[in-house]
Amino acid sequence: MRPLPARHSGDPNPASDPVRVQLFVPCLVENLAPEIAEATARVLTRAGAEVALPPGQTCCGQPLYKSGRHAEARDLALRFLDVFSGPDPVVAPSGSCVAMVKAYPKLLAHDPARAEAARALAGRTFELSQFLVDVLGVEDLGAELPMAAAYHDSCQVSRTLGVREQPRKLLAKVRGLDLREPSRPAACCGFGGTFSVQFPEVSASLTAEKAADLAATGAQAVVCAEPSCLLNLRSHLDKNSPDLGIRCLHLAEVLNSGFGGAS
Amino acid sequence: MSRAPGFADRSADACADAQLQANLKSAVLHFQRNRAKAFAAFPGSEAARDLVRDVKDAALSRLPDLLRELERSVTALGGAVHWARDGAEACAILAEIAAEAEASTAVKGKSMVTEEIALNPALEAAGLEVYETDLAEYIIQLAGEPPSHIMAPAVHKNRRQVGELFAKKLGAEYTEDPTELTNIARTTLRRRFLRADLGVTGANAALADSGIVVLVENEGNIRMSTTAPRVHVAVMGIEKVLPGPAEAAAMLAVLARSASGQKMSSYTSFLAGPRRDGERDGAQAFHLVLLDNGRSRILADPELRQTLRCLRCGACLNVCPVYEKAGGHAWGSPYCGPIGTCMTPLLGKGRGRDLPFACTGCGACAEVCPARIDLPGVIMALRRKAAEDPAFPDPAERGGPPLSAAAAKLFVKVAGSPGLFRAAASLARTLDPGLALASRLAPGLRAWTRTRKPPRLRTPFTASWPALARNLKGQALKGGRP
Repeated sequence: MRPLPARHSGDPNPASDPVRVQLFVPCLVENLAPEIAEATARVLTRAGAEVALPPGQTCCGQPLYKSGRHAEARDLALRFLDVFSGPDPVVAPSGSCVAMVKAYPKLLAHDPARAEAARALAGRTFELSQFLVDVLGVEDLGAELPMAAAYHDSCQVSRTLGVREQPRKLLAKVRGLDLREPSRPAACCGFGGTFSVQFPEVSASLTAEKAADLAATGAQAVVCAEPSCLLNLRSHLDKNSPDLGIRCLHLAEVLNSGFGGAS
Repeated sequence: MSRAPGFADRSADACADAQLQANLKSAVLHFQRNRAKAFAAFPGSEAARDLVRDVKDAALSRLPDLLRELERSVTALGGAVHWARDGAEACAILAEIAAEAEASTAVKGKSMVTEEIALNPALEAAGLEVYETDLAEYIIQLAGEPPSHIMAPAVHKNRRQVGELFAKKLGAEYTEDPTELTNIARTTLRRRFLRADLGVTGANAALADSGIVVLVENEGNIRMSTTAPRVHVAVMGIEKVLPGPAEAAAMLAVLARSASGQKMSSYTSFLAGPRRDGERDGAQAFHLVLLDNGRSRILADPELRQTLRCLRCGACLNVCPVYEKAGGHAWGSPYCGPIGTCMTPLLGKGRGRDLPFACTGCGACAEVCPARIDLPGVIMALRRKAAEDPAFPDPAERGGPPLSAAAAKLFVKVAGSPGLFRAAASLARTLDPGLALASRLAPGLRAWTRTRKPPRLRTPFTASWPALARNLKGQALKGGRP
């Protein structure tokens, strides 16, 4: 496996030899929330990375995999391996899509050569906050967002990837941000992809409870590192409590605030 | 059109029941807090979970040998061992034991495995009066309901509902005081223990080296059920055999902590066969019924085998978001929650084609399982089985994978080509940017948008990338900061 780029001292303004990054844009973000991808590219650039967008990206196969359609998911996994065959780290503003890439080695286990390539890819694929904090060693991106915000621990980010501290470290450095913890930070927002379509009552009930818990903190914004949770919470809040005016912001948008991102 | 009865319907009903929602939430939060407290005060808890995983795996890897050793040990103690391939065989064995003992009444300790084989109706059909003696089991037997939780079967009821039930069924004066309610049940049950001919329990484990059966409880009713009647029958899934006391100790270290937040439960019984000459208590005859009912099939599957590590503590239910809303009855099985999702399609004839999909994939269950079962992984494996085999687990059931095979193939075709993928998104954006049409036409989306405003399709990010890339290049040259 290729060694990870060297950590630097937390200086978001490295003089030379920038780390090159392949930006992985989840299809939900591409079509429903392009501002998240833009903020991600801007934040990575400010953190000293040189961002490339490998052409030909479509879908990582997650909806197929989670529907039990492994044979079909395998086709998209192989495609993904080709699109991201470059040696540079792959970074995505999504826990669930990164988790999908981490599941490729098992999905492709029947083909040792591709499984090996998948293992290498999984090793160089990162969720945004993980990459900023663990790889680049950056916590302070100079962002400023004077408002109260509640952070939602997406299940895929916090449990599947084990990324809990990194987003909080990054948010702690955002000037003016008053970060509030909901009473049940680890509770699922009820989305679960196709789950929300197949079992809409349970899903809606969980989403309502999550939204109420986040709103009870008095936050003006919900911040999350997972776009699918954000779209779910936003859809719920827009329909049921537009008067609260709670914004649903991706971590990348918060980190880009003061630089043309959320304000 | 109404949906096929299944998890979707039953869980929707549960969500519409405000009283049930309140009962479930208060119960699971209570259990979560207790477990968290117990584990916080338990140094080495992670190593203890590792140990249980290893102990169970080691036992499972030599299950046939351990079971034969157990049979020899129980027989040497004067007990009888019976082998049941499935629930019907197990029920027939119990009915025969009852007939031979000329038993007319049976008392039961709480046992999930006897729920699994539907023992009560079978014994009643054989002419026995059967009384549940665990307080929660007694409550649901009176109510004519199945259990809704592995550890706390009446968790869907609050004390007011229990008070009303006791008033109606037992003619007791209405009270919602837990102590008074317990006393009402105790008075009724005490008479039953003394009259019963047969005591039926499950088993938390049986030790191969000694033939000892381990039973864990909090109410003393299992100790009564195993000592007061003339005959004790323990029914146990074959996966519960352990080599000896060291392995039982490993299990006991995590079981009550995971289930109820206790270090140990109030009663832990080690029963070594029937009463011997000169002994003053204990059943005069002891039978151990070893049940397969699909377990050897699970054992043979390397992906699913780990489900047999389960200690039936119920911790995974208490942290499952779907359980908290749907309640245990939605599973349509004595085993509910994440472990129920894993076991129900695999045990007996197997059912619950939709169960593996009734999971948000949050992973909370795996964090608390004392035997470190990768429940989300098993659930994903079952999704694959359901997708690959339309007859899994029961060909009579509808429901199952959210994407048909044809839809999955079409999706791959489109997502396999960036041009097609872009064109499809662009077409949707032009025709139905707010997804209003899709929400009206697709039944799934229609239900979704009852509580949510659908997102809007936007100009894709890729279209704005070239300009952004130039902008970022300039920014990087200036040193990364604007």
